Amino acid sequence: MAGGTLELRRISASKSPAPGIRQMPTVTKYIDTTTCIGCKACEVACQEWNDLPAETTVQIGTYQTLPDMTANFWNLIRFAEYENGGLHWLMRKDQCMHCEDPGCLKACPAPSAIVQYMNGIVDFQQDHCIGCGYCITGCPFNIPKFHNKTKKVYKCTLCVDRVAVGLEPACIKACPTGCLQFGTKSQMVQLAHHRVEQLKNQGYSQATVYDPPGVGGTNVITVLAYGDRPDAYGLPRNPTIPLAVRLWKDVLQWLGNLSIVGGLIIAALHYLRFGPKAVKEEAQAAESGDEI
Amino acid sequence: MKSGRVKLPGQIERYTFSERVVHWIAGGGYVYLLLSGLAFFSSHFYWLASLLGGGLAARVWHPWVGLLFVIAVVWMHHIWRRDMRLTEADRAWSKALWHYIRNEDSNVPPAGRFNTGQKQFFWLMYFGGILLLVSGLILWFTEYVPWNWRAVRSFAVLVHVVVALLTVGGFIVHIYMGTLVVRGGWGAITQGTVSETWARAHHRLWWNEITGDATAKNDSLLLEPTDRTS
Repeated sequence: MAGGTLELRRISASKSPAPGIRQMPTVTKYIDTTTCIGCKACEVACQEWNDLPAETTVQIGTYQTLPDMTANFWNLIRFAEYENGGLHWLMRKDQCMHCEDPGCLKACPAPSAIVQYMNGIVDFQQDHCIGCGYCITGCPFNIPKFHNKTKKVYKCTLCVDRVAVGLEPACIKACPTGCLQFGTKSQMVQLAHHRVEQLKNQGYSQATVYDPPGVGGTNVITVLAYGDRPDAYGLPRNPTIPLAVRLWKDVLQWLGNLSIVGGLIIAALHYLRFGPKAVKEEAQAAESGDEI
Repeated sequence: MKSGRVKLPGQIERYTFSERVVHWIAGGGYVYLLLSGLAFFSSHFYWLASLLGGGLAARVWHPWVGLLFVIAVVWMHHIWRRDMRLTEADRAWSKALWHYIRNEDSNVPPAGRFNTGQKQFFWLMYFGGILLLVSGLILWFTEYVPWNWRAVRSFAVLVHVVVALLTVGGFIVHIYMGTLVVRGGWGAITQGTVSETWARAHHRLWWNEITGDATAKNDSLLLEPTDRTS
């Protein structure tokens, strides 16, 4: 909920082009799961900067703050145990991935309720949100969360309000190990590939950068030591916008609109060609004769 | 109250008061669902939401009106299910559909209280309404669908869109036929009565049934294209 009109690259449910004319580099959050110590400083920083109320948690038997993100909690360090010869603890910072081709924005029926800025940040505009929840269906990462009181949907903004004034996101600022970095997409991709090389030299032959092409790449990229098993980190192997949403928006919408217009035209043509079913005059006359 | 009573000389009751009420609950509800649903369906139609007080209000009311619509359709099923049963005679009527479309009504078999097209429209709305209710409930409470069940959400989106579009097609035909083609239809569903001639012309078997006149004469009372040109 910040950023100017001149920085809008894409707007939900809008056929006209977005008004953004300002040139900006794409910004990206870099997450290195191999140097994350699971301290949760980023979670606290997120809550503090965004002034979000504390969530009551439950004991789920792992080193994870909450079972899942909520409308009040947008940044979660996911914990998983992974067995691969030995036992490994996997810590992955989970939040909105800021897809280049966002499924939430594609699914959204409310004009301007979801926008993408020139710098790649995908942001929900709650004042235009109608609370239908289609973004929940459109997201391949299970990110948007519905707030039961406000009936609106919330998620990580990539601290769009901080980035707009030249600051890095709160989570990046708080990270004590440097496993979180922030910069332009090309800088971050370069850094990630450098780190992957290091890991490979240390024997992690499957190390990779998670930047899935199925959604056009993401502006949150993640270094995984066990890159052959993104599912072990709770990441989908090849995320895409769900087929149902693509069918609806790319096929059924056009088919439906054309059919409705076509149906009205056919009805009009039928009326002009054949007209009403009229009762014969003699029958009509006989009837009025009866009545008189 | 049973329809078919003679109220005024030459006038027959086609729809009782309660039949008309339930029809208009369903009809009014459907119009609201259509306008709000089209707004959510395509951004080309989002402007329709402003007729209903904006997208947020339309989003809030759409599911409740949907419930009302389904209740009305189930009620209609309760009172009309016998009249709506598709019979052997309807198969013959369906075969003559092309003649019916071209107003060549002497080639169309006589219809009962409802003709085949009306019956098909009823069943489209009845089964369509049930599918829209089931998929609509999933969309209404979409945030409660667990992540591992997300295929259910996708399925609900597709079912809701496809079935809704089918009902729109039926709805366009229904409104066009009822207001512009079959003159007297509007009076029947608002005032409840039709003329005897109307009943004989459009629903001969029903007229035979209520008047007890079993001699089903096959002379069409409707103007044919050939009558016009001669």
